[in-house]
Amino acid sequence: MLEQGTIAPDFTLRSTPDQMVSLKQFLGRPVILAFYPADWSPVCGDEMSLFNHVIKEFQKFDAQLIGISVDGIWSHLAFIKDRKLQFPLLSDFEPKGAVSKLYDVYRETDGESERALFVIDKKGVIRWSYLSPVGINPGANGILDALESLDSKGDES
Amino acid sequence: MNRSQMDVTKLKFPVGKQDFISGPEKAKITLVEYGDYQCPYCGQAYPIVKKIQEKLGDDLRFVFRNFPLAEMHPYAMNAAEASLSAGDQGKFWQMHDSLYEHQNALDDKYLVRYAEELGLDTSKFKNDLRNQKYSSRIEEDFLSGVRSGVNGTPTFFINGIRHDGSFEFEPFLMTLKKIL
Repeated sequence: MLEQGTIAPDFTLRSTPDQMVSLKQFLGRPVILAFYPADWSPVCGDEMSLFNHVIKEFQKFDAQLIGISVDGIWSHLAFIKDRKLQFPLLSDFEPKGAVSKLYDVYRETDGESERALFVIDKKGVIRWSYLSPVGINPGANGILDALESLDSKGDES
Repeated sequence: MNRSQMDVTKLKFPVGKQDFISGPEKAKITLVEYGDYQCPYCGQAYPIVKKIQEKLGDDLRFVFRNFPLAEMHPYAMNAAEASLSAGDQGKFWQMHDSLYEHQNALDDKYLVRYAEELGLDTSKFKNDLRNQKYSSRIEEDFLSGVRSGVNGTPTFFINGIRHDGSFEFEPFLMTLKKIL
């Protein structure tokens, strides 16, 4: 997993059948990258739904939340609709897992992304990262602590 | 790379006067649940917690905090309001039980029916619901959960440490008994 202080590698992935999203378009704002294994985990308050309920807190820091998994775009769109998600899910689908590998959070054995979080500052530097056991939803506390510490370090530019 | 299995996630907001607490203050175990009245998994946990309360008696105090996942569960917010309004009339736990025992009937007309059954002042109760009197209180509970690492519902904290294991009766009871 890429460590703190690393410049977050740029990437471009599909968010809808005809829209691409690049990391660099968020320069100037903090970004939360949430890699996760798969859409449709069969629990209430799965990780993406939980983050969806916390999104107002992220917005207080002007932070953009982005989910990434290897699911195809049609799965993502159905998942977004079902869970009423208010943030983009990107499809690390072709070549499969390329961006997850770039961030060193790909599990070859399962062919899925790890459950991993990155907080990237407005200059594009990774300031916090967390690798969760794959079966355990990490919650949002680490992200909020990290965003708070970006603020307290006077991350002005 | 640092895998974080060994980390423990801690309750950042200690149990205090603002909480609804069932069990003695000096109990050896404090079990905090962040729950949603419409969540089916919380519904599964409800009778298990009851049984555990019976088994552990005065060794346990149980605290319930609201964590309504409102986007997913349209009745969860008003059910939480109902519990707190009942709480103001001294019947928090009775309403808590009614809600979990009727998870499929949580719209407002049922909430009022439960209030009647508990002998609450229903005009006050209806007013509270209409005005969403406890919304900031519920928000506080929710945020305290988020900041403590609540990662879905139900999330339990045992003496301030997030319980990532099973809440099936036997293993849950075993985990708790180890503390005694």
